[in-house]
This record gives sequence, structure tokens and C-alpha cells, in this order.
Amino acid sequence: MSFVIPKESFNGKVLAVDFGKDDKALEIGGETCLPFLTFEGEVPNRPVIAYEIQDCVPDDWPDTVKNVYKDVSGDPVAWAKYCQNELKAKAIALRLASTHPDRGNRSAEDASKTVKDVLAAVTVPLIILGSNHIEKDASVLVAAAQAASGNNCIIGKAQEGNYKTIVAAALAHNHKLIAMSELDINLAKQLNILITQMGFDKAKLITDPMCAALGYGLEYTYSVMERIRLAGLAQNDPTMQPPIVGDVGMYVWKIKETVASETDVPDWGALEERGIAWETVTATSMMLAGTNLLIMRHPKAVENVNKTIKELV
Amino acid sequence: MIIIGEKISVIAKKVREAMNARDPKPIQELALAQWKAGAHFIDVNIGPAEENGEDLMKWMVESIQQVVQAPLCLDTTNTSALEAGLKVHNNTWGRALINSTSNEPDRFAMLELAAKYNALCIALTLGKGSLPADAEERCGIAAEIMGRAAEYGVPMEDLYLDPLILQVCTMQDQTSHAIKAVRMFQELNDPPMKTVVGLSNVSNGVPKEMRSLIDRVYLSLLMYEGLTAAIANPLDKDLMNVVKTTDLFLGNTLYAHSYLEM
Repeated sequence: MSFVIPKESFNGKVLAVDFGKDDKALEIGGETCLPFLTFEGEVPNRPVIAYEIQDCVPDDWPDTVKNVYKDVSGDPVAWAKYCQNELKAKAIALRLASTHPDRGNRSAEDASKTVKDVLAAVTVPLIILGSNHIEKDASVLVAAAQAASGNNCIIGKAQEGNYKTIVAAALAHNHKLIAMSELDINLAKQLNILITQMGFDKAKLITDPMCAALGYGLEYTYSVMERIRLAGLAQNDPTMQPPIVGDVGMYVWKIKETVASETDVPDWGALEERGIAWETVTATSMMLAGTNLLIMRHPKAVENVNKTIKELV
Repeated sequence: MIIIGEKISVIAKKVREAMNARDPKPIQELALAQWKAGAHFIDVNIGPAEENGEDLMKWMVESIQQVVQAPLCLDTTNTSALEAGLKVHNNTWGRALINSTSNEPDRFAMLELAAKYNALCIALTLGKGSLPADAEERCGIAAEIMGRAAEYGVPMEDLYLDPLILQVCTMQDQTSHAIKAVRMFQELNDPPMKTVVGLSNVSNGVPKEMRSLIDRVYLSLLMYEGLTAAIANPLDKDLMNVVKTTDLFLGNTLYAHSYLEM
């Protein structure tokens, strides 16, 4: 008797979301099976990796990853071009870090100028992220959404405390939207319900269940992502069918394993290699849990994950 | 949990008058309200319909599916009326459900129609003689019907076994037999047989203000035993909230603070 691979099939489907425009537009999601189990269903799109850039010098990044961008990171336009032209980025995530009250507190007007400049300089799809300051993001992301009108960007992140204005702006300017909740599947569902109740199409949503780096709660993130996928596929829960984003870089490049010097911890091995491995493993794990869009920092880590994607699909 | 909206019935005066006058509006309104309230199927009960049954069922199916994007549950003992309904049923939103076959010879034709029109079919576990005494007797009848369904070419997964719900006020012990039957029916096949009940029978004859309470508590118990579908009143918000809440406890849906609004 020949061996028959047991197959699971689901009624639900991850929603496909496109962003960007013209021939550079990308699509994520759309799968009818668990990640990479292509023998069980359709996987029309591969996970996408976006390079993270910031609107200010990334003082808070460790040297290992900061040095990669040292010639361009003073200027978001040069940085974006570098990612697109030299690193062959398929997408760019612009973090408006300097709008944070503790990091320069730049105005929403400044932020919209940066957004316009970056959009004018590159053709790859843009993800526009606030500084994760609930109140400030409410005004910054509204201005950014307007500045990017017509570019089909992904705007984020809308959270429980500020989603109303951000949703309205994404709706008015026809962008996709990241909804972020804090590592809790029920809160993730609730936020998606609240956002769709405002008339925002669930097919334009992307869920961020919040990331954690390897060693810092990655298993919580993994579990929440996996359960979101199962709720969307097996229970056919429409609120749990948007694609998932993993904001990997910002959680990885601040922990001691990516920061501590070789003199401080000689047993841990080469610092650069360690950091790259940490970002690679964290991102790969999230992809296996169901993440469709990864936001990352180190080009070598991006290369590693892309290689894995190629091998798996 | 599949809800089959029960409100379009010849027993209701308003519906009966609209049927007789071929006035689609009251019927369409009832169908739409039930669909919006979460019904997955709309039951169309035209009774025996001895006069112009075919024409009536055809008109009902077409009128309702003009306004509601859902499959219908065609509820009549008149086989030619049933066939007329199946012929025009729009399967875009799901297959029609026949209500119902049983172990009575004059209901065998329903299986033939289910096979011919690729429809789902409710099988009432009721025999030729008296009411089934307990769950075991219901299972015996179910097995006979399943055998017959196979002969007619109706797949087991298209059959919904109905244990026959009886009134709590006159046959109290039968209510627990029916619960047990729902559990036992599932064991008659692998994958488990699907099950359905005509829920409001349980509260027939009790004071009106108690009916909803009795219906919804009973439904919760039946769901716990694995019930697939219920012919019930989706306009009863308390009932629908109990369905949603029971679905949470059974792990069929994911909790969120707004789960009642979904």
C-alpha cells in the first residue's frame, strides 16, 4: 500500500491585500492553507520583506546595523534610494521615529514632507509607520495618509487608543491599514471588528499582533499568530483573515544579544553574526507562524530569510 | 451552528394571506429580516398545499430569492410542489434543503428528489406507527433511513437527522430522549451524521412568555451534544445571543468583546 499524505483543507481563506502601484505593486496573503503547506491549498503570494528606514539618524540602533546605512541614514530620501537601488528592496517601511515626543517631537507637517519626498524618490511600495506614540500617531499618521494620497500605501499602526482618526484617514485616502494590538488574539479580533464597524473594508486590513524577539517572548507572538491563522482558516472567522505583519527589526536590534560587545560576553561569538542570526531566526519563525509581511533592518538577515522563502515555496 | 429561519409558514395568518393573494411583499420582508438576523437557510413551509401547490412553491422560491442571498429549506408534504421549488431554486448561495423525509413510505420520494436535484435532506426519525419511545428507537429508524438514502444515491453528508422534538409540557421525558438521540445519531457514521431539530416544538403549549427561554436553554443543551442545525426563530435576539455564546464555549468561534455583534 502506498503512503498517502494526510491533507487538511479549510473553508476559510487569508485575504489578499495589495499595496503600492503600477508594476511595482505587491500582493500579500491569499493563501487557503497554513504557511508553506502548499500541498494542502493555494499559496498565491510569497511573504514580502520590507526594509525599515527612519526619518532621522537611527541613534538607537546598534552599530552592527547602523553602520550598514551610515552614508545614507542622515537623509530618508537617500536611505530609501539606497534600499531600492542597492539592496533591491521590494518594499520600504518608513518609520517616522522623530515625531515621537522623546525623539525630536517633529510635527505632523514635517512628517508629511518626509513622506512626500520619499514617495517622489522611489517607486517600490511604501509602508508608513508612526512612532508608536498613541496620541502623536493620531495626528502624524493622518497627515502622512493625506501626503501619500493616491499611492496605495500601508499606514500604521492603528491601536485601540487612536484607531478612529487613523482609520478615517486611511479610508479617505484609500490606503491599507495595520491594526496593532498587544499580544492577545481576542484583542486583535476586537480591534478588527471596531475598525470594520467604521466602514473600513476588512480586505484592506493587516493585523499586527505585536512582535517579540527570540528569547523575549517570541513563543507568545508565534502562538497568537498561529491561532489567528487557525481562526481565519478553520473557523472561517472573517475578522481573523487579514494578512499578518511582523515588525521584526525594532524588537530584535535592542536586546542584549544583538547589542552586547564581544569583550563583555566573549562566549557569545561575533557580535555582527549574532545580530544577523537573531533577526534571521526571529523573522523566519514568524513567517512559519503565518506572517505575510516582515519589516526588517539588516540586509544579510533579509537575504537569509529570502533564501529560506525560496527554498520553501 | 446553522439556523434555519422558521417564520415563513402557512400556519402564520399573515403569511397564509400573502400566499393566497400572491402578494410577495410580506413574505420577502420576513425572509430579509431573518436573513439579516443571521439565518443561514430560510424555511418555506407551504403545508400540504393541495391546490396549486407547484405554482405556489415556485412563486415562493422565486420571490424569496429575489431579496435574500441564501439557500431555502423547502417544507411541504406535497412532492410535486417540492419538485417545482427545487427546479427553480438558485444554488448560488448554497444547495436547497428538503424538509423532510422519514420512515413513512409516502415520504420516500423526498430522497429521490434530493438525489435528482442534488439537494440536502432532513430525515425525521418517525416511523409508520406511533412516536419513537426513546433515543434507541430513533437510532433504529435513522439507520433504516440512512440505508434507504444510500439506495437512492443520497450521500450521508447530505442527510440531516431530526430526532423529532416533542413538547416539554406534555411529554417531558421525551425532551431528554431527543438530546440523547442527537449524540447517538452522530455515531452512526464516520464522519459523524449531521443533525437538525425543529426547536420551537419543545415549547409548544407553554405560556407564551416562557417560550423563548425554554427554546434557548434547550438549544444550548442540544448544541453541547453536537447539534448541526436548528429550525428556529432568528428574530428572537435572546435566542441568537445564546447560540453565539454557546458557540464560544464550544470553541466554534473566537471570543472578542463585540462577539454578539458579529
